[in-house]
Amino acid sequence: MTVIPTATQPEQEAKLPGSEKPQRPVHTVFATPARREKPSRGTPVSEVAFEVDNLCCWFGQNQAVYDLSLRLPAKAVTAIIGPSGCGKSTFLRCLNRMHELVRGSRLTGQIRLFGEDIHGSRVDATLVRRRVGMVFQKSNPFPTMTIAENVTVGLRLNGVRGRAVLEKRMERALRMAALWDEVKDRLDRPGTSLSGGQQQRLCIARALAVQPEVLLMDEPASALDPIATMKIEELIQELKKDYTIVIVTHNMQQAARCSDHTAFFYMGRLVEYDRTEKVFTNPSNKQTEDYVTGRFG
Amino acid sequence: MTLDIQSPYHAWRKLKNIAMSVLSLVCAVAVVAPLALILFYLLKEGAGSVDWRFFTQLPKPVGEAGGGMANAIVGTLTLLALASLIGVPVGVLGGVYLSEYGAERVNWWIRFGADVLNGVPSIVWGIVAYALVVVPMKGFSAYAGGVALGFMMIPLIIRTTEEVLLLVPNGYREAALALGISRWKIIVHIVMKTALRGIVTGVLLAGARIAGETAPLLFTAFGNRFWTHHLKDPIAALPLQIFSYAISPYDDWHRQAWAGALVLILIIFLINVGVRALTRGRLFGAPR
Repeated sequence: MTVIPTATQPEQEAKLPGSEKPQRPVHTVFATPARREKPSRGTPVSEVAFEVDNLCCWFGQNQAVYDLSLRLPAKAVTAIIGPSGCGKSTFLRCLNRMHELVRGSRLTGQIRLFGEDIHGSRVDATLVRRRVGMVFQKSNPFPTMTIAENVTVGLRLNGVRGRAVLEKRMERALRMAALWDEVKDRLDRPGTSLSGGQQQRLCIARALAVQPEVLLMDEPASALDPIATMKIEELIQELKKDYTIVIVTHNMQQAARCSDHTAFFYMGRLVEYDRTEKVFTNPSNKQTEDYVTGRFG
Repeated sequence: MTLDIQSPYHAWRKLKNIAMSVLSLVCAVAVVAPLALILFYLLKEGAGSVDWRFFTQLPKPVGEAGGGMANAIVGTLTLLALASLIGVPVGVLGGVYLSEYGAERVNWWIRFGADVLNGVPSIVWGIVAYALVVVPMKGFSAYAGGVALGFMMIPLIIRTTEEVLLLVPNGYREAALALGISRWKIIVHIVMKTALRGIVTGVLLAGARIAGETAPLLFTAFGNRFWTHHLKDPIAALPLQIFSYAISPYDDWHRQAWAGALVLILIIFLINVGVRALTRGRLFGAPR
């Protein structure tokens, strides 16, 4: 039985912002979650999508993520919060092997997707990304393509042929992204002709069309107005029935509204990871409390 | 302390300001003026000799009236096509390497090499093609001319292609990668497609640049007073024909040379207008 969420806590005292303790070397021995803390009551029990163990990431000489271990549940929404530069986007990009695309980047540790090591020697990063889709902060429909082409591009370039199949899957992806009714009469218009919120949902449809198992969202609503944001959040609630969703957000209300579990990152370390309700109402860590109540960050 | 807004110092500053504006305007006009003068003079000297025969007939022997440069016009277009066969694939793929694949240190050397090659005198390209093609094939040929011009296109196209590919926002590459699309498909179907106008613009400008080259053709394409039936044979080219007519002692031929120069500059002008129409202020993006 897997109990989630299970964040492992560094043994050291939580550092307050600005405390000048030298950073400890990575790969410190973590207490296993089961030994360390009893899961709080009502913690959901479900399948694990990602198991991350001792993850460390570097950009050149700069370490961005320190010794991170956590389990992300399947078919649920996990929010990652924390101030800018805390490593949350880097962590997210490790989950579909996008981190390694940055020149000079490297990582240690292990990430397993439904039990499979995504950095295994026989694993193709391209295929990992097909199972783990991603939506970016800035909506980026391909400017040379129509709305229909944007949605089906992942299928077409991965060898899916046949007009009927493509049309069916395009419609399904657009419906899932709650965009179908708005665009069904202008599928041949450029993707860039849509409004900002629609473009972002188009990008979600594009990611869904290749039928991934996990959807990573890197601040998907931070460039959108409140109404478009609300639509994206409603969409996330719909999508979690079928998909594992990991969302990075700066907006704490958003994390509180739409996630089941919340992880708080600070300075490249995982500070707290628990049910969202607990993180926002009764955090066990002082730093988390300070952050979610707006005292810093 | 308040600022005295009527201070004579500010009048002096205004004067300097006006002087600088006028100076830069004069320089800007100086850029355009030669173009106007060249066009005006070519029209004056050459327009009278440009008629339909000029585009349809072969050169006539000395003393006979009429005749045209049809073979040279076709020859120039043939040489451009041959040069593009070499210059476009190598140049575009080289630019793709620089923008999409290359390591920073390797790129530095390639860019440096391309910039040096851009500055190589064109006659040197002629010598290179002479050694590589004319000597082994034992004769001047259209192939040799095409190779000389093609080599000249490569560094031009590499740099323009790299620049327009780098203008494609990285977000598109990342979005495509996150869809699990393989690298080369992303480059061909998304990055290059997005930058297509820019790439085509670079190719056309390189074509316009080499269309007027004479020196690399002197001992490669060599020139021909008749139709070239096989690319193994010497071929005529407008700049070569203009050169040999202009240094001849005959008035007929001088008039033909003016007409040829006018036609050549019109071809280049048309290519540039085409480039403008293609880009319309944007180097890439969806067709409107």
